[in-house]
Amino acid sequence: MSTVEKPAYKVIGTRPIRHDGEDKVTGAAKYGGDVQLEGMLYAAILRSPHAHAKITRIDTTQAEALPGVRAVMTSANMPDPGDRMVDLGEGTINLRHLSERVLARAKVLFKGHPVAAVAADSIHIAEEALELINVQYEALPAVLDVREAMRQDALILNDDVRTEEVGTQDGVADKPTNVAKRFLFEKGDPKKGFAEAELVVEREFETATVHQGYIEPHNATAQWHENGQLTVWTSTQGAFTVRQQIGELLGIPLDKIKVIPMEIGGGFGGKIAVYLQPLATELSRMSGRPVQLVMDRAAIFEATGPTPGSYMRVKLGATRDGRLLAGDAYVAFEAGAYPGSPVGAGCMCVFACYDIPHARIEGFDVCVNKPRTSAYRAPGSTQVAFAVETIVDEIARQLEMDPADFRLQNAAREGTRRVDGPVFDRIGMIETVEAIKASDHYQSPLDGPNQGRGIATGFWFNAGLRSAVTATVNPDGTVSLVEGSTDIGGTRTSLAMQLAEALNITAEQVAPSVADTDGVGLTDVTGGSRVTFATGIAVVDAAAKIRQQMVDRAAKIWECDADSVSYEDGQLVGPDQQRLSFKEMAQRMAEMGGPIIANGICTEAKQAGAYATHCVDVEVDPETGKVQILRYTAAQDVGTAIHPSYVEGQMQGGVVQGIGWALNEEYYYDDQGQMRNPTFLDYRMPTSYDVPMIDTIIVEVPDPNHPYGVRGVGEVPICPPPAAVANAIHDAIGVRMHRLPMSPPRLMAEILRCRGNKD
Amino acid sequence: MPLVFIPPSLSQLTDGQREIEVEGGNVAELVQNLEEQFPGIQRALCDDGRLKPGLVVSIGNATSHRGLLQPVSVDDEVHFLPAIGGG
Amino acid sequence: MAKERVVTTTINGKEVEFQCQSRQTLLESLRDQLGLTGTKEGCSNGNCGACTVIMNGRPVVSCLVLAMEASYAELRTIEGIGSEAGLDELQQCFLEGAALQCGVCTPGFIVQADALLKENPDPTEEEIRFYLAGNLCRCTGYDKIVRAVQAAAQARKVSK
Repeated sequence: MSTVEKPAYKVIGTRPIRHDGEDKVTGAAKYGGDVQLEGMLYAAILRSPHAHAKITRIDTTQAEALPGVRAVMTSANMPDPGDRMVDLGEGTINLRHLSERVLARAKVLFKGHPVAAVAADSIHIAEEALELINVQYEALPAVLDVREAMRQDALILNDDVRTEEVGTQDGVADKPTNVAKRFLFEKGDPKKGFAEAELVVEREFETATVHQGYIEPHNATAQWHENGQLTVWTSTQGAFTVRQQIGELLGIPLDKIKVIPMEIGGGFGGKIAVYLQPLATELSRMSGRPVQLVMDRAAIFEATGPTPGSYMRVKLGATRDGRLLAGDAYVAFEAGAYPGSPVGAGCMCVFACYDIPHARIEGFDVCVNKPRTSAYRAPGSTQVAFAVETIVDEIARQLEMDPADFRLQNAAREGTRRVDGPVFDRIGMIETVEAIKASDHYQSPLDGPNQGRGIATGFWFNAGLRSAVTATVNPDGTVSLVEGSTDIGGTRTSLAMQLAEALNITAEQVAPSVADTDGVGLTDVTGGSRVTFATGIAVVDAAAKIRQQMVDRAAKIWECDADSVSYEDGQLVGPDQQRLSFKEMAQRMAEMGGPIIANGICTEAKQAGAYATHCVDVEVDPETGKVQILRYTAAQDVGTAIHPSYVEGQMQGGVVQGIGWALNEEYYYDDQGQMRNPTFLDYRMPTSYDVPMIDTIIVEVPDPNHPYGVRGVGEVPICPPPAAVANAIHDAIGVRMHRLPMSPPRLMAEILRCRGNKD
Repeated sequence: MPLVFIPPSLSQLTDGQREIEVEGGNVAELVQNLEEQFPGIQRALCDDGRLKPGLVVSIGNATSHRGLLQPVSVDDEVHFLPAIGGG
Repeated sequence: MAKERVVTTTINGKEVEFQCQSRQTLLESLRDQLGLTGTKEGCSNGNCGACTVIMNGRPVVSCLVLAMEASYAELRTIEGIGSEAGLDELQQCFLEGAALQCGVCTPGFIVQADALLKENPDPTEEEIRFYLAGNLCRCTGYDKIVRAVQAAAQARKVSK
């Protein structure tokens, strides 16, 4: 449904088959692990068995002597990059911490922390060589709980970490600490607000570490050429950021590095920071041969970037007639081994669905002996949504108000001031709640035993950042579109569709491709729900320039002013109704001035942010704690759906990840900091048998910042599910969960506890 | 005049004021003018002539990566926010 | 240097010979030695289904099959689904139904779904979901995959 009258698009809103589709259904598409080069070596990584330890000695001589081993490296082979913050285009990171995360120096800070790497003729020889590397550790106690890590007397992970605040003054905190950052946001007068509130609910929450769960492992293949140039093939969300990180970590000038992004098998935020690329690069340099590194699944769990576990305390105050007056949130995220969790974003999202006059939000980024966290689809927002949306449900029920009506009454809208300061643009919170309220799902009765319904809303910012494209008209009337946004979900086609719409040609007439770092202008990562939006803006920019070039040439042909030539429906129309089609003009290019090429860029565009409201029906088995998802409907404001199937797909994918986060997924740590379930068997993601069809309601509230009204859609669908499921469980059996995941043993424990309290 | 929103953790430097009207054509000028009234603000927000890493400037709700060079017009609200990333 | 043996097998209808060590998996040999990279590695412990191939008529996870076990077997990989004449109904339905996003699980799903439809040409939604439960997808939430398999089942009936 659309909130404004939509233009009559010809291509936008249709569902063409994706340009790379045939390759992907036939197995022809090449992903990073499919790269095969002559003379290529296979590498393996030796990883720390301890969650926290000092490295006292590493002896690689025996490994180096094994026949078939061509290079062995430790951090001694990596330059010390210095204590510098570097902007990855999607968040900043301390370069020294990034370097140590890639390969440990003096300490290991999480189980699986890389300590050495070996390149050999076969993966089996490389793995044998690992066993010949002698590492001596001095084990230390592991710090595993966020609140423990925040204590004054906690064991410190990094001596160089001091608490930073937004705009810290020097010398505010001089002691080493695990609390790397503190955030503080305030609006109005929370004391006053809570004093006036007639109903106040405060709850504590804990969420476990969860992983993005992409099916394709991390991979990198590096080759140094005789002319001193480096080529790296890798599956990544951002070829340019990989180039930058390799350059910064190894001290290699950017113009020597070419990164070729292969097809990528899922990312969700986890394939932005580098893990393998610098190691493959250095091993290749040392051995003089191309080197390929692919991560094994246990290492992916233990040593890449999951999303933080958290401890949260949230309080909301409302009037008896259901108006939210005050909010208070204390949010502590586990950053993992090094600082940099998305707690800042979490703080900015926590009350973003509502217009609350008085609020205070305090957030902490805390180091613990777990892998250093990374972005995972709307990073930080799902955790806080779990907290806020369950309290909202509790308040609505206490006030005997329909939960949808409660949200509508308090909804954030255009003009609402966020707690972190800025005022909202045109947003679609209300429209998504109304869509759920009016939905067949919400209107249908649900009255089976132990069945319940819950709703929840979530918010995410959506990024703008920078993109560049080049479009070239071919003599047969097709257009080659070269762009730099690696394609995880079909964006090369939704970008081709935007170009086609702007030029009034068909999507099939556009040949999109994703270029390497030498082949296209700087393009920021595929992430942050930005590609269809920002790279789309670049595409439309290029299209406008192509139209202008065609108009200028037609004016020459017809010997008139360019002003009297118009471009309508893919045709050039002259002052005397002369006509030339796009294809005809393309055929005459060579004689009329040569190639028609245009660059398009997007640099400073902003997105207004996205909302999703979900509704879920569950059935709880009170004897086992198992929760069955009976029905799920997701409503989301998408601005304008370029390719509706892809929009639906993003919504459905995010929902199912959220369901896994809600019901089963967690990093199960023992007290030594060992993850006990680093396989897909025991890290239990939803299978096709665990979920029903996911119904989607596409709400179109166009974003005025994009020529076609596009809003980013990829991330926000993961925000509501855990809260929606928790609210549904409460509706079903009267038990409120405040911990994730709400897995059978945890839910059962809570059911029994409530039963015990009753007796 | 542009209106600068002071982050809560810095309000002790501005006598508790959270919203301050300041003259300036770009963020650098705003910060300099603020520093004249409230010493210490510049060092809290900037490092080596640039906005501290981890901070971005939002003009209205448009986040800019130009930092101190971002131009500002008379009706603008200026916010200093954490740099956040997506996934 | 570990001893290598020659394995003779039939892959996608063609007789093939390759050398392997006893410790190598079928997945490894298919990808690294035979260049059949359509079959993907996701976890190497049989939990994700990305490496599914058909062996003697049954879907198996090739990461848990030793290469030598393929000796004199009949193998079918994603490269053997569809032909020069055109895409198989499953492949076509996956495309039309947008049943893939990143595409890395897609070969495994198509091979597994092909086995399902051969065994049960008219599966219910629950049967489809159960049969495919060994194939993990993290992008799609399975909705469009299940619909594509339903559509393919219809299409195969029509084309008979």
